[in-house]
Amino acid sequence: MSTSNKTAAKKGGVISGLLHNQICIPLAALLALVIFNLVMDPSFFEIKMGYSSAGDPVLSGYLITILDNASELVILAIGMTLVTAASGGQDISVGATIAIAGSVVLRVLCGTESRPDELQAPIFVAFLICCLVAMLFGAFNGVLVSYFNIQPMVATLILFTAGRSIAAWINNNELPIIDDAVFGYFGNFIPGIPIPTPIFIAVACMILIALTLKFTTLGLYSQAVGINPHSSRLNGIDPAKVKLITYIILGLCVAVAGFIKVSRFSTINYSVVAKDIEMDAILAVALGGNALSGGKFNMGASILGAYVIQFLTTTLYKFNVVSSALPAYKAVVVIILVVLSAPVVRQKLNEIFKKFNERKTAEKPTDGPNKGAKEAA
Amino acid sequence: MQEGAVLEMRGICKHFPGVKALQDVDFTLREGEIHALMGENGAGKSTLIKVLTGVYPKDGGQIYIAGKDAPVKISSPQDAQNIGISTVYQEITLCANLTVAENMFIGRTKGAFTKWKDINERAGRILESLQIPASPTQQLASCSIAVQQMVAIARAVDMECKILILDEPTSSLDEQEVAKLFKLMRDLKAKGVGILFVTHFLDQVYEVCDRITVLRDGKLVGEYAIENLPRVQLVSKMLGKELDDLSEIKKEGEGETVVSDGAPVLQASKLVSDAGIKPFDFAIRKGEVNGFTGLLGSGRSECVRAIFGADKVLGGQVMMDGEKVRITKPRDAMKHGIGYLPEDRKQDGIVGDLSVRDNIILAMQVMQGPMKPASRAQAEKFADEYIALLDIKTASTETPIKQLSGGNQQKVILARWLLTDPVYLILDEPTRGIDIGTKIEIQKLALKLAEEGKSVTFISSEIDEMLRTCSRLIVMRDRKVVGELTGEDLTQNKIMATIAGGE
Amino acid sequence: MARKMNEKMNGNKKRGFISGMSDTNLLLLITVVVFVVMYASAVIFLGSGFLKPQAFFNILNDNASLIILACGMSLVMITGGIDISVGTLTALVCMSCAVHLDFNGGSVLTAVLLALGIGLAFGAVQGFLVAYLEIQPFIVTLAGMFFAKGMTTIVNATQFNVAHEGFQALKATRLYVPGMGSVNKLGNYVPAYVEIGVVVAIVTVILLFMLLRWTKLGRNFYAVGGNAQSANMLGINVKNTKFMAHLLCGLLAGIGGFVYFMHVGSGSPSHAAGAEMNAIAASIIGGTMLTGGVGNIMGTFFGVLSLSTIKNIVSSLGLDEAWWTNITVAAMICLFLVIQSLVLRRKGKSK
Repeated sequence: MSTSNKTAAKKGGVISGLLHNQICIPLAALLALVIFNLVMDPSFFEIKMGYSSAGDPVLSGYLITILDNASELVILAIGMTLVTAASGGQDISVGATIAIAGSVVLRVLCGTESRPDELQAPIFVAFLICCLVAMLFGAFNGVLVSYFNIQPMVATLILFTAGRSIAAWINNNELPIIDDAVFGYFGNFIPGIPIPTPIFIAVACMILIALTLKFTTLGLYSQAVGINPHSSRLNGIDPAKVKLITYIILGLCVAVAGFIKVSRFSTINYSVVAKDIEMDAILAVALGGNALSGGKFNMGASILGAYVIQFLTTTLYKFNVVSSALPAYKAVVVIILVVLSAPVVRQKLNEIFKKFNERKTAEKPTDGPNKGAKEAA
Repeated sequence: MQEGAVLEMRGICKHFPGVKALQDVDFTLREGEIHALMGENGAGKSTLIKVLTGVYPKDGGQIYIAGKDAPVKISSPQDAQNIGISTVYQEITLCANLTVAENMFIGRTKGAFTKWKDINERAGRILESLQIPASPTQQLASCSIAVQQMVAIARAVDMECKILILDEPTSSLDEQEVAKLFKLMRDLKAKGVGILFVTHFLDQVYEVCDRITVLRDGKLVGEYAIENLPRVQLVSKMLGKELDDLSEIKKEGEGETVVSDGAPVLQASKLVSDAGIKPFDFAIRKGEVNGFTGLLGSGRSECVRAIFGADKVLGGQVMMDGEKVRITKPRDAMKHGIGYLPEDRKQDGIVGDLSVRDNIILAMQVMQGPMKPASRAQAEKFADEYIALLDIKTASTETPIKQLSGGNQQKVILARWLLTDPVYLILDEPTRGIDIGTKIEIQKLALKLAEEGKSVTFISSEIDEMLRTCSRLIVMRDRKVVGELTGEDLTQNKIMATIAGGE
Repeated sequence: MARKMNEKMNGNKKRGFISGMSDTNLLLLITVVVFVVMYASAVIFLGSGFLKPQAFFNILNDNASLIILACGMSLVMITGGIDISVGTLTALVCMSCAVHLDFNGGSVLTAVLLALGIGLAFGAVQGFLVAYLEIQPFIVTLAGMFFAKGMTTIVNATQFNVAHEGFQALKATRLYVPGMGSVNKLGNYVPAYVEIGVVVAIVTVILLFMLLRWTKLGRNFYAVGGNAQSANMLGINVKNTKFMAHLLCGLLAGIGGFVYFMHVGSGSPSHAAGAEMNAIAASIIGGTMLTGGVGNIMGTFFGVLSLSTIKNIVSSLGLDEAWWTNITVAAMICLFLVIQSLVLRRKGKSK
């Protein structure tokens, strides 16, 4: 490191510039997790060839598990980011509506039988109906939020409370099982392809949202509406409509996530499926550095945030944390991350960092960044 | 401290990232004087006040208060209150969900309990003595904005403060209310209170103030007794150059105010909205600048909002270029080439966190439709073009608009509408709360647009500005159109008489 | 419902009664009316079971802890925040107290202190993060919720009933309400009773009502919730006020947790599951708005009662499938939200 005062100050500028970039938050978290795992057990990053339950050769390893299991979360994070930006609140009903979407898929594919020999409807019809229903429920939330001006958290509390019950009601509280190899492809492996299908679905969703943001004004509109609905309206944007659209898009995301979930297990348990996933999805948005009060968003950061959360979950599992105790560790990590990224704390850290630089420019290389990483870990 | 001073600020410095908001500023307030703090937007007036009231911590300098030998430390609004500094801000800073009485006493009563009977009685007495039409037990949200402002002043007045800061308190008051406020200020002055008064209205400064301190670009220009500083000099000190742009534009304006005889661009008949205005007729020709005038609350903004579809239109008919059109929402109006710069810049105009670039292209983007977003390069090009054209002072096109000064924000909104190439542009109070230099630029722009064949409706609280720009004035009183003035009738006296009514 | 009420009001009171009322009182009025109508219709259509005072007292007995939790929630909601950790915090308190009593040889008194301590600790940490580090309350308490959830299983992973004698005595204590008893089928007089928790809950409600109405701190809650920036300008210490709200909410969660513990007498990771949502729902039904600045403890009290009355109605209608309760509760929240939204919009128009 240079010893001159000037370059030190410049370096400080670069670092504080980086600190202000949104994507640095999930990146730093990811880095901390990677370093932690490297130190504790490098074999975490091994990817081997294994065999799927169907006996096909497939890739296996923790990284693959993370990418695979994060798929639903990533898809939800996309919709949640838009909803957060436009309506300044979060949809806490996504877990419950995943149960509904899954239940619909089961109902369409199985009809009234509990274990049909053959599917009662083509898979894509089931998928379409599931999308339609999930979008309808999304629209229900959206109407409450945008046309009745109810705070999103509260409006979605309704489906949060009732969703799993509705899901049970759709199938008369029975748990039909789908016995169809092709249906299982979506949540597991397609024969001959060694990578889990949900990863492809997640990537497809990312591409789709990237294209949507590029070729429509959805991004600009939802941010404008989230920041200032009054002036958005006077510029010809219909804030209610934009909010409604984001909720419907989230509904679509829920449908895809629900479909993957059912396909993974060939059935679902209404009260357990995607439990607490709404919390993870919201955390992903927050970890991405997006203000939960709405406005500007960074989709890439949210998606990265979702992967980081899954990375954390998998890491904790690997270290034999009992699954029911998992939330406690997650909470500690989340609090550390959120505290470190809080503007107040960052400002203080910046000041300390600056003073530190001023005082010790000549003597020693600063250990500021290392210290930060240690704290984050 | 100087003899008779109640407040002395010495060498105050304040930096924000990238900006030196205050550099070595001195300010002295004496007992029993009304002291105007003047300066263009961005001169540092608000920053100085916020430092004084503990909203911002200062980076350097000392503050002395009469009766205390050592410099005082003010680190929160509460501290400021405790040492006798009361403040009324431009934006209403009360809690709308509480009652009037509570708003007057919260945060400054002693003891852990609220004595309702006591505060309601005291509030009632104060409201009565100041003739404020509000009941102590009324929820503040149910009062009009002007009454809310008066309540804020009543609160400050009751604090038996030695130092009263009025930060543009008159911008939402009508003339009667302003007169009432001035009487109050003179009473307080007689009681020995030092009043720091910030306003954009020069008339008001010369009406009540004893002394003027001028700031420019975060630096002190000087402190003057009012009799030693004629208006022209005050303006030139604020602007920092000897210039008679004011008279210049007047000449230009006079040359311009020829009644246009182009075809009517927009004709409205019996238009009425849910904002409480009486049905009105309105027409504007190609290349014409006209305006709505009237006291605050007379319905001038509501009229243009009805034309633009910003409020819910309940009835009436609108013709554009001779064809009947239906405008029920802003989008419809925009499709027909109408642009609207709203009265409340902060609430209705800017999209605070978005960049200057996004704010400029917003309306054009909406007109293009949701499936045709402007590419980054395109947006960048438009933004650069208008930043240069309107001389918008911003660090970059990426800067969030909320970081710009008021005048520059207003220019961005103007750029937004100019980019849509409107045939008819409505400017509702485009000059409110911005510096004199920008005010003149905006007036000139309105005239230039008309010259290019566009139609402009211009609304301003300052009749001077209206006279300079408009060739036809529609006068409003009590939410009703009461007259239309053109040609020789366009004089200050005639307008006043029409506004006042009663033949 | 809203329209009906407005007509009633306009009919016999002077004009402008509704618009002259503060938001808080208007929403409180709606809540009380709805509760009375609901309880009355339950009595009329579902028979006299609901008429016995004990039926009402049972609602109180079952919901004493929820009342306390909802009160804490209302405080935080009035300041414009939210605390979704109270449910799992209740479970943590139950489990900690149970382990303390049975495995660590604690006394009832130390158990109470432990409960209060856990609540205060949560409240203090969350309050600090929300108020002084300015992190969104939803995220902070979300983490708090996760933390409490995990900690509960770390303290003890399985459910067990507490055998501690002193505690059993406390749990079994019943306070008889004179004159409210009824005669059962055999002709014996059965006195009406409430549990100790109910007394705690009612004292809490009264104290908090007074806090919000007559103390400076209480009024500051409203001011901060109404407009934090203005409150700051008015000389209120916003950070301290927010901190106090979260601290009190934590403390109340500790108390509520112990009351819950007295009611069930066991520790389990699944205790009070979803209680935070019930508390939020009760606050909303009681007229507290999540945007802050509007709300009333009495409303919250009636909110809890309305919530459990509707649950009772549903179960006595014979719709014993579990999902009906949830769906009706959700429908009720929905109804109240729409009412609030419509009433406030109408009020805004009349202004």
